[in-house]
Amino acid sequence: MKKLNRREKKTEVLLQGNEAVVEGALRAGCRFFAGYPITPATEISEILSVKLPQVDGTFIQMEDEIASLGAVIGASLAGVKAMTATSGPGFSLMQENLGLAIIAEVPCVIVNVMRGGPSTGLPTSPAQSDVMQARWGTHGDHPIIALSASTVRECYEMTIKAFNFSEKFRNPVILLIDEVMAHMREKMVLSDQEEVEIFNRVKPTVPPEWYIPYEDTPRGVPAMANFGEGYRYHVTGLTHDIRGFPTSRPDEIGPLIARLHRKISQHFSEIQIVEYDQTDDADITIIAYGCVARSARRAVREAREKGIKVGLLKLMTLWPFVRSAVEKVLQTSKVLIVPEMNMGQVSREVKRVNRGTAKVLTLNKVDGTIITPPEILNRIMEVS
Amino acid sequence: MAEVTKLIYKYLRHDKKFPHVWCPGCGIGIMLGALIRAIDRIGYEKDEIVLVSGIGCSGRLPVYVDFNTLHTTHGRALSFATGVKLAKPALKVIVVMGDGDAVAIGGNHFIHAARRNIDVTAIIVNNNIYGMTGGQYSPTTPYGMRSATTVYSNIEQSFRISELAVTAGAVFVGRGTVYHARLLDSLMEKAFLKPGFSVVEVIAHCHTQYGRVNRLGSAVEMMEWQRDHAVTVEKAATMASEALQDKIVIGVLVDKELPVYQDEYEKIRKRAKGVAVR
Repeated sequence: MKKLNRREKKTEVLLQGNEAVVEGALRAGCRFFAGYPITPATEISEILSVKLPQVDGTFIQMEDEIASLGAVIGASLAGVKAMTATSGPGFSLMQENLGLAIIAEVPCVIVNVMRGGPSTGLPTSPAQSDVMQARWGTHGDHPIIALSASTVRECYEMTIKAFNFSEKFRNPVILLIDEVMAHMREKMVLSDQEEVEIFNRVKPTVPPEWYIPYEDTPRGVPAMANFGEGYRYHVTGLTHDIRGFPTSRPDEIGPLIARLHRKISQHFSEIQIVEYDQTDDADITIIAYGCVARSARRAVREAREKGIKVGLLKLMTLWPFVRSAVEKVLQTSKVLIVPEMNMGQVSREVKRVNRGTAKVLTLNKVDGTIITPPEILNRIMEVS
Repeated sequence: MAEVTKLIYKYLRHDKKFPHVWCPGCGIGIMLGALIRAIDRIGYEKDEIVLVSGIGCSGRLPVYVDFNTLHTTHGRALSFATGVKLAKPALKVIVVMGDGDAVAIGGNHFIHAARRNIDVTAIIVNNNIYGMTGGQYSPTTPYGMRSATTVYSNIEQSFRISELAVTAGAVFVGRGTVYHARLLDSLMEKAFLKPGFSVVEVIAHCHTQYGRVNRLGSAVEMMEWQRDHAVTVEKAATMASEALQDKIVIGVLVDKELPVYQDEYEKIRKRAKGVAVR
């Protein structure tokens, strides 16, 4: 055991998800936030406007969400870990600069507190209907990482993961939580000596004249020089060669787009986080994420009490899609139920990877209310 | 070595595949020359300059010069510049935009960067047209003129970019033309040295698109038009507004003092830590 010089200071706090996101961001080293007011994500802005200047960070409220993500990308290029937080309408506006962050490989974190849509929709009610937008919202072929959380503790942990992944893979990471997770309060223990793994971007170790800013590496992730550190290079939203200069040569474009995908796909096992709960012997497996995973956990417990063999596969990584985990339960279960607060977004992916080994059923709710444990239990009873 | 060769050697990228994308006779090259001369005269290190651009002919400018360069999305350059500057205030951040870039798609970012007094310099090449996409009318295409999308005549009124910048709160606004290259040199030098949001509007010609459809002649003829229609700020002050209708007022339009964002934010950091701030 590690010898500690002083006593560990543990603080029990009652936090809501949005507050836990802030704690996670600060712990991960976030020192820049740019955002635009939007329900139900505003607490993240409000708290960071207080806390960031206390730690020599910067908070700025921009004129819209387009500018917010622009400023975040600019700050990250200058070497500061940066994030923004928004909800559906703002997330739509961010799709443009999200694409730039992907092609220019600029680490950043976007928290999308999902509310009902389309359009202005249901500002104060939960939904999970931006899952596909997170995957495909920005134009062009691109990789993306999207994470979710179903407890306040996970809001904290997954925010740290989001920053670590963004720095490690030089890709924007989206944290998709919902209005319930954002505003629900739970007890959480914060320790000042908790060992948290923090990953910082890999910087070039070669002299500036040897630096090739978009060079392929075994990890697929090039070393990243920050502006002002002696490595003058070009950053562009155009397809570019390994030096960062615009190119329209097929032999340069193809490898760039392939590498962008490969740097994520060859690290699937590291990025894809799930939790199995009693799935080993389950005839029926629930696949759930976000606040619905909480209802699912309760439904599983109650079904087990009735003697039904039910398990839960909780998704914490939504993109890249956790294919291997889903394939595992597809092989061991007879029926999969995917309850979601949308018209069927993750269930569509589950059906895509199903090779007929199990039946995939949906349970969809799009009225601005949560899916309750009895609703999931009823669905279980229907098929058991 | 000739002075110009020294500047080319020092500031243009040696590893960039030239030639550039601009048409022969384009005014952007003159503007780039003024920018480099101003930077050289002030004596900035190349490492401390971040040159940011949006989309369009002007958007391609940063790729040729040996600074930290950032080619962003259409109209959004100032938002990226805001992030760079606030994250690392020691950097000198210069933004190059076109007229469509700055005051159509980027109009909102432009007025807000000015209002906040973010310490960046915005250089706007105003050639009255969307050149790169083939000559569609922009917010600065004058009433009655033609373009690829106003073949019957432009019925919209045009923005006056410098006046817009003054109203939005920019602390330094200067306007020149690519004909008046030496004036551009001094306007840029003043703008770079000014703490806060500074703007240099560069009236340029697009003979390839705007000039061709409006029968305004060659690049040289369009530059002669700039010469014949330019009036200094000092002279304009003595003229009636009707007489100024078709004139370009050049020189320093505003040079004032306002608190700079990053200095104000430093006070916020102190307040946040409980330090008394006057």
